[in-house]
Amino acid sequence: MAKDLVKTLADLKEKEALKIVEDRLSVGEDPLKILDDARRAVEIVGKRFADGEYFIPELVYSGEVLKAINDMVKPKIAKGGEVKRAGKVIIGTVAGDIHDIGKDIVVFMLDVNGFEVLDLGIDVPAQKFVDKIKESGAPVVGLSGFLTLAFDSMKETVEAIKKAGLRDKVKIMIGGGQIDDQVKSFSGADAYGKDAMEAVKLARGWIGG
Amino acid sequence: MTADEKQEAQFKKLLSPKDPEGNDLKFQSKEAEANYKASINRIKDAVQLKKTPDRVPVALLPSMFPFFNAGMTIQEAMYDNDKTVAAFRKFILEYEPDMHIGAAHAGPGKFYEILDYKLYKWPGHGVAPEHCYQCVEGEYMKAEEYDLLITDPSFYFRNFYLPRVFGALDGFQMLPPFTGILEIYGLAFFFVPYALPPVQNTYKALFEAGAEALKWAMAIGGLNGELTTLGFPNILGGFTKGPFDVIGDTLRGTRGIMLDMFRQPDKLLKAMEALVPIMIGMGIGAMQQTGNPQIFIPLHKGADGFLSDEQFKKFYWPTLKAVMVGLIEGGCIPFPALEGHWGSRLKVIQDIPKGKTMWMVDQTDMAKVKETLGKNACLIGNVSSSMLRLATPDEVKAYCKKLIDTAGKGGGFIMGNGAFFDEAKPENVKAMVDFTKEYGLYK
Repeated sequence: MAKDLVKTLADLKEKEALKIVEDRLSVGEDPLKILDDARRAVEIVGKRFADGEYFIPELVYSGEVLKAINDMVKPKIAKGGEVKRAGKVIIGTVAGDIHDIGKDIVVFMLDVNGFEVLDLGIDVPAQKFVDKIKESGAPVVGLSGFLTLAFDSMKETVEAIKKAGLRDKVKIMIGGGQIDDQVKSFSGADAYGKDAMEAVKLARGWIGG
Repeated sequence: MTADEKQEAQFKKLLSPKDPEGNDLKFQSKEAEANYKASINRIKDAVQLKKTPDRVPVALLPSMFPFFNAGMTIQEAMYDNDKTVAAFRKFILEYEPDMHIGAAHAGPGKFYEILDYKLYKWPGHGVAPEHCYQCVEGEYMKAEEYDLLITDPSFYFRNFYLPRVFGALDGFQMLPPFTGILEIYGLAFFFVPYALPPVQNTYKALFEAGAEALKWAMAIGGLNGELTTLGFPNILGGFTKGPFDVIGDTLRGTRGIMLDMFRQPDKLLKAMEALVPIMIGMGIGAMQQTGNPQIFIPLHKGADGFLSDEQFKKFYWPTLKAVMVGLIEGGCIPFPALEGHWGSRLKVIQDIPKGKTMWMVDQTDMAKVKETLGKNACLIGNVSSSMLRLATPDEVKAYCKKLIDTAGKGGGFIMGNGAFFDEAKPENVKAMVDFTKEYGLYK
C-alpha cells in the first residue's frame, strides 16, 4: 500500500514524499488529488508552526518540497482544473523597503491555507496598492516592512487607500522587523501580526476560508 | 596573561589615550578629560559587574540618524566624507553620550561603486537618496560548495564568493591558491594569471577602491580622535559574526541555510566549525588594529521564531559561544546585539564567562533578560526604534525610568537604543540621554 502523502510531507520526509508523488502519478492518479494532499500536508505544517512545534526552517523546507511536487504534477493537470480559493489577499513590502523574506513566508502560508494571494513584490508605491484593490476587489491588504522607514510608507499607503475612498472596503494588516502595535496605531492599519500564521488567522477572521 | 588581566590592560590603555604619534593625548579642556575618564570608568564598571558605577552610562548607537538630524540625505553622507564627519560631530556634541561607535555607518559610496558591489542597494543605486542601504539576499554560495568552503575558506572567498558580490573582482576567479607556491620548480606558472587583463583590471579596481577607503577611514578616524579630545569615547574595535549568521546572512542566505539544516546538516556544522577560528581572528585583529577592545557581533537568525530551541542549541549557539570565548581569551569585549526578540534563548545564552561581554537588547523583555543573561553580562538598550520614532518624550522618560529601576538595579546596565536607528524624533533621543544622566545616579 502506498504511504500517506499527507503524513509523509507533514513530517518533512522529502525523498519519501517525492517518491509517493511519482508512484501515484505513474499509476495515473488524478493530479488535482495529489496536489490537494500536498496542500493539506503544508496546512498541517502551518498548524504545527502556530503550535510552536515547527519553526521557520520547517516552513521554508516544506515550501521547497511543495514546489518540487507542484513542478512534477502541474504538467499533468488539464486546463481549467484549478483549485478553488477562499478569498483574495493583496500583499507587498511598502515603498522604500526591499526586504522580502518575511513577506514571502506570509505569502506562502496564505497560499497553502487557501487564499488567492496577489503579491505585489517589494518597494511597492502606495498607488500600486490602491490600483490593485480597485482592480481585484480584494478585501484584505497586508503591508510588510523591515526598516523604520516603513512606518511612514505604511501610513502613506493607508492614507492613499483612504483618499481613494476604499478604506471601508478593505482590512489592512501590517508586520515585519520593527513593527509593533504602536506602529499599527501610527499607520492607521487594522491589525499587527507577529508572524505568518497570525496573518492567516487575521485573513480568516476577516473573510472566512 | 589571563583573560581578566588582558581585559584590565585594555581598560587601562583606554584610560590613558595616546595621539597618533604615541604621546599622551591632549584633551581640549580639563573638563573634557574628566568626562572622558568618567565615561570609560562607568562603562568598565558596567561591563565587569564587580562594582556599581557612579551612574547608569548612556550609549548612542545610531545607524543613519545623525544625517537626518543634520538635515542631509544618506546619499550626501555616503558621497561626502566632510558631510559625514560634520553630521556625526554635531550629533555627539548635541546629545553627549558616554559611549558612541563612530561614524562608520554610512560608508563611502564611491568605494562601493568602484567595486561594483552587488550585495547591497544604496542611495542612488536602487534605493532613494533619503533611505538606508539594504541587503539583497541571495545564494551567493551554492548548496554544493560546502566542501570548498570547509577545505580552504580564504580560497573559497577569493575565487568564488567575492567575484559574485563584487562585479569588479571577477578576475579573482582566475587566480590559483597561494598554497601551491612552494619551491623553484614550476613557480612561474603560479604568476601567469597576473598578466591577464581581467586579473589586472581587478587589481586596478582594488588600488582605486583602497585609495577611496583610506580617505574615508582617515576622515572618520580623525573625527574619533577629535571626539576623544572633547571627552566622548568610542571603544569599538570592529566587528565579527557568529558562524550561523556568516553562512545564513550573506553566503547561503536565509532560505539556503534552512534547507541545508535538513538536507546536509553535517556539512553545515563542519563549515561553521571551520569558521570559528577565522571569526575569532577577525575580532582580535580588529582590536589590534584600532586599539579598541569592544567587538560588535550582530545576531540575526538565532532570534525567537527563526529556529526551534533544539535547532538553536544544535546549529546556532555552540559556534557563536566558541567565537565569544575565543575573543574573551584574546582580551576583547564581545558586544553581541540581540536583534528582534530573544526571550526563548535567554536560558541558553546566559552560559558565558561573567563580566566579559556587553549585549545590546532590542525588543526582548528587559526584566527577564536581567534575571538571566544579566547575571553574567552587561546589558545595553532597550529603547525601541518605534518608541524613538513615534512616542512622546514623556513616554520615553517613563520607559527609561522602568529600565533603570529593573535592568539598572545594582549596575551592569547601559541605557541606549535597542536597534541601530535611522528616523527618530530628536526630542526623544535627547529625553533618553538627559533623563538617564539625571535619574540614573546610583546613591
